[in-house]
Amino acid sequence: MATDVLKAGIVFFIAVVLQAAIVSAVEPAGGSADLVLVTLTAAALLRGAIFGALAGFYAGFLLDAANLETLGLSSLLLTLAGYWIGRYGETTGRDRAHAPVLAIAVVTVLYAFGSLALHYLLGDPVSARAGLVGALPAQILFNLVLTIPVYTLCRRIFARPGGRPMEVEFGTH
Amino acid sequence: MRLAALGSTVQRAATPTYSSSRSARARALRRRIVAGVLIGLSLALITGYFRESDTGRLHDVQGVAASALRPFQVGAERVARPFQDAYGWLAGFIHAKSENEELKSQLRLLQQQAIQNITALQENRELRSALDFQSGPTFPGDYRQIGASVLSHNPSEFQQKLTISAGHRDGIRVDDPVVDGEGYLAGHISKTSPRTAQVTLLTDGDFAVFGYDVQTETQGLVKHGQGAGETLVLDLVPKDKVVRRNDLIVTAGRRSGNLPSLYPKNIAIGTVRSVGRTDVDIHQSVQVEPLADFSSLSSVWVLVPKDR
Repeated sequence: MATDVLKAGIVFFIAVVLQAAIVSAVEPAGGSADLVLVTLTAAALLRGAIFGALAGFYAGFLLDAANLETLGLSSLLLTLAGYWIGRYGETTGRDRAHAPVLAIAVVTVLYAFGSLALHYLLGDPVSARAGLVGALPAQILFNLVLTIPVYTLCRRIFARPGGRPMEVEFGTH
Repeated sequence: MRLAALGSTVQRAATPTYSSSRSARARALRRRIVAGVLIGLSLALITGYFRESDTGRLHDVQGVAASALRPFQVGAERVARPFQDAYGWLAGFIHAKSENEELKSQLRLLQQQAIQNITALQENRELRSALDFQSGPTFPGDYRQIGASVLSHNPSEFQQKLTISAGHRDGIRVDDPVVDGEGYLAGHISKTSPRTAQVTLLTDGDFAVFGYDVQTETQGLVKHGQGAGETLVLDLVPKDKVVRRNDLIVTAGRRSGNLPSLYPKNIAIGTVRSVGRTDVDIHQSVQVEPLADFSSLSSVWVLVPKDR
């Protein structure tokens, strides 16, 4: 348990630093990838809802601190995202090869709408057109590109010991 | 038939035992409690942060966390810089030929203007001296420049902000103007922590500055346009005023009510891309292309008055 916490702490710290300093600066088609969201998706799919929610809260806090944004804003969105992806991984998404790709595509869209709604509620002047029409398609694409390598890396880091996929034998009697 | 079905020997799935069902319920309850607590905590953070002043405890906590993250961000930015430069070089190379032609024509025009400006400057000095004219702080002479590297870029797709590697311990205050390496207006400081600060860019919806057309002296409010991209608009320009394509727009240094202007006069903002009019609008529709290149902004200068 302590090892998991340490691993998650380091992995999400690195993801936040890379996102803030490097990834968000690269916007080739008007949008940039969200490394933190992709990492959270991979970890939550592998470790479940509680892990996803806790990791989301921690990553969101770091992200808001690094960007001097309203504290709690990213935490709220990433907690919800981590919880939802974790539940998907525990139930329908279990052992499905397309689960990471599908989860990323859906959660990127939901995250964008959630972010827009929260900024709107806080009275920040935001452009829905710039965020949803201008940036979102590119962001989905770049997140999907990152999904497989990040998921593979996270599977090595966060895989449970002896956690092989469940095998089902059909009855012979 | 019914008896036969009931008496069949088909293996049924094992019914969950009382203890396993209780354990599943406990897990679900724990899961919901954890999620509920975290969501509640996030909402409490947002509310507390939103309501408190910039010197509140949560802002202090954020400042400490930002300072702790700063060395790692600086390190990551330095490692990535050569790759980002290479990407920028490649991206620029694609448009190099057309840009070269445009720049050559601009150079010819600017050379003519430079000669006229030298004469005008000399004349201006003589007239000011003759009239004993007293002016307000001017850029860049009356401002100290604090250089800072960009630590992080847009926190979300909905806002245009940066975090830089200098904060209020370096003498930076909220509302200080920010220019890029070429001296073009890039934005203003919107938040500070001891060692970092947040810059709201010219292209953010929250940004507005009084500017004027250098060639025609028409004034207006420069702010971000409604659409996507980096295009700005020069708003509140009456239809009887003249604004032409390619005119240079600079800060007016104008006061609004009792508040002093945040920006010293004559910081270059952008050039006029298009001018349009409609019958129903009482103002002209003037689009301005910013001179600062926000896609490759790696360092900025914060302007601090020398008399602070």
